[in-house]
Amino acid sequence: MTGTDFTQGWVNGWIITIVLINLVGCLWLLWWTRKRPEDHIAEGESMGHSFDGIEELNNPLPHWWLNLFYFTIAFAFIYLTLYPGWGDAKGMLGWTSHGQWGTEVEKANNRYDRIFAEYAGVPVAELAKNPEAVKIGQRLFGNNCALCHGSDARGNTGYPNLTDADWLYGGTPEKIMETVTGGRNAMMPALGAALGGEQGIKDVAAYVLSLSGRQGAGDATAGKAKFDMMCAACHGPDGKGNQMLGSANLTDNIWLYGGTEVAITETIVNGRQGKMPAFKDTLGEQKIHVLAAYVYSLSN
Amino acid sequence: MGTTHQVATPQYDYGVIKQFTVMTVIWGIVGMAVGVLIASQLAWPALNFDLPWLTYSRLRPLHTNAVIFAFGGCALMATSFYVVQRTCQTTLFAPGLAKFVFWGWQLVILLAAISLPMGWTSGKEYAELEWPIDILIAVVWVAYAVVFFGTIAKRTTSHIYVANWFYGAFIITVALLHIVNSMAIPVSPTKSYSIYAGARDAMIQWWYGHNAVGFFLTAGFLGMMYYFVPKQAGRPVYSYRLSIVHFWALISVYMWAGPHHLHYTALPDWAQSIGMVFSLVLLAPSWGGMINGIMTLSGAWEKLRDDPVIRFLIVALSFYGMSTFEGPMMSIKTVNALSHYTDWTIGHVHSGALGWVAMISIGSIYALTPWLYDKKTMHSVSLVNTHFWLATIGTVLYIASMWVAGISQGLMWRAVNPEDGSLTYTFVEALKATYPYYIVRAAGGLVFLSGMFLMAYNVFKTMTTPATSTHTAAQPA
Repeated sequence: MTGTDFTQGWVNGWIITIVLINLVGCLWLLWWTRKRPEDHIAEGESMGHSFDGIEELNNPLPHWWLNLFYFTIAFAFIYLTLYPGWGDAKGMLGWTSHGQWGTEVEKANNRYDRIFAEYAGVPVAELAKNPEAVKIGQRLFGNNCALCHGSDARGNTGYPNLTDADWLYGGTPEKIMETVTGGRNAMMPALGAALGGEQGIKDVAAYVLSLSGRQGAGDATAGKAKFDMMCAACHGPDGKGNQMLGSANLTDNIWLYGGTEVAITETIVNGRQGKMPAFKDTLGEQKIHVLAAYVYSLSN
Repeated sequence: MGTTHQVATPQYDYGVIKQFTVMTVIWGIVGMAVGVLIASQLAWPALNFDLPWLTYSRLRPLHTNAVIFAFGGCALMATSFYVVQRTCQTTLFAPGLAKFVFWGWQLVILLAAISLPMGWTSGKEYAELEWPIDILIAVVWVAYAVVFFGTIAKRTTSHIYVANWFYGAFIITVALLHIVNSMAIPVSPTKSYSIYAGARDAMIQWWYGHNAVGFFLTAGFLGMMYYFVPKQAGRPVYSYRLSIVHFWALISVYMWAGPHHLHYTALPDWAQSIGMVFSLVLLAPSWGGMINGIMTLSGAWEKLRDDPVIRFLIVALSFYGMSTFEGPMMSIKTVNALSHYTDWTIGHVHSGALGWVAMISIGSIYALTPWLYDKKTMHSVSLVNTHFWLATIGTVLYIASMWVAGISQGLMWRAVNPEDGSLTYTFVEALKATYPYYIVRAAGGLVFLSGMFLMAYNVFKTMTTPATSTHTAAQPA
């Protein structure tokens, strides 16, 4: 946000004025109370008024304290002049927080970019065999991915396990790069209403359970008819999913949102919206390359 | 006492003061108990018992509101109504309105205790209460101001004592802060949205937030200090001139310090610079109060040996001096880059909240209670002494653990692997390193809280044992 977005034009002048009044006012206050021992009262004597028995002495301001006060006021004038401070005026040093950030990023890039540039030429599958590169990739994973996928990359409910060779969008180096770079937006629609009420949902859930060799409360055969109509377009007629769409394989008993009848029913009724954020801007292509090598190494 | 002119002693209005005094102790226990619970939840998360209204996110604002506005607020209202009467040598203006202030304030606290666990919040730190309660606060606060300033207006003394300057600045400024920051558009009885947006909203919020510290938690309690320290020590205030300088400097300079809560954010650089330099200029005015308080005791140091009330007051001033040194240091951008978002901030707040605000209040109430109930001393002076040690040890455990935790977090978050520039530690590793300190902190809070139970017992016994009629010796009118 620039100064002009934050404040209107006249506000700058007003702020400079009251900052000055406040700082100069403090100096005046110090001067005034220092030069003005009460006319007839000696230092260290009582001021002569008493409040519920409490009197006040006319002691001077301690010197060390006065010097501290003067010093901080002087510092304020100097700092506000060197750095941005008088309204939205630029400071004499030309410093900005954006500039400081840019400098630090540049310094870091100069130092570390060559490491990643070196690895960029090595194919991901080969890089996954290089322990140094995998270690760096693991650190990037810990900083950026572990929050959702876990520090062991085994995922959690709603966050895929990356170690099991079961992939929603594909586990080739290219597909992993694509997922990390651009992110993924999964979309399982809510089908509660479309399946014809409670019995229909129960039947479809029973059919989905049967795909991994289990039984549900509903009629799996009736469920299959509805499945073919409503679900097969994405999950395929055999329920094995489609990596082009990111639809899950329902036959392998690996469940992103839980495989119990209750969890499957919830998924069917309410749908699921998985979101993997894009890391293109935060990490850049070369770091994603090393990160992908680590992720690839987990299941290969 | 060396009064220069004797006035006929008015029949002071103590009823509302007694009510506020009792509620200070009760809300102190409630607010600190919630604090101990949420501190324990950070160490043992299962303590939220999977109940939404017991989760950390809902109880944390309940804790801060209860200790600041219920415990601190009642302590300030009790002592300000006492001090303003005694130092103005007059009774309360509009005593009926003073009763309304008491019951209105208790209603505000009750509504906070219900609405915050329900999850109704405006989302503004230290100003979480929703708009209907905000309106009630404004009404009660204006009534409080009318009673306080009305009493000053009808004083029989020629000057206004320094304690009343601080109480007065606290009352006026808190009204201003509350009304400006709480401006919101209601969408339902339990939800509203701030009328400010983006970085401006953040700036208004921290202008409010830091001045709540400056005026509620500093100026108000300095008012308390300026009466109870000289009174309990039986000594004159060290320097009248120092009180003038540090009063005017403190209330003007504090106004600018808020942006230090927003270093390295979307707030414009110049506003951050102003926040930082004024925080540094604030060091001397803050210390002015500490010097005046501690030097008031000079010549009566032996009282520290046998009067635990004086001990509370002096240790409170020491923690005040330490926090007001630490605060400006933390506002320096390079220090803030390490300390911001860490538990160091929590430790800093509690060296002020426990060490200064709670200790000065506890000391003042131990002085005040026997005066209100016609007793020579508290029921048990040795229990006061035990409370003093519990409070001191609890505070030290709390702030020392949070220093270590906060600095560890800051260093771990910024550590970078020299090989590749990636962060050395993941967030959860820093959290794991913090874990033992969370346990120490909870223990410190528990020790502090246990002292409050001794206080409740002691205050209750002092109130209920028959009068000794030696009141004149304790507090001459």
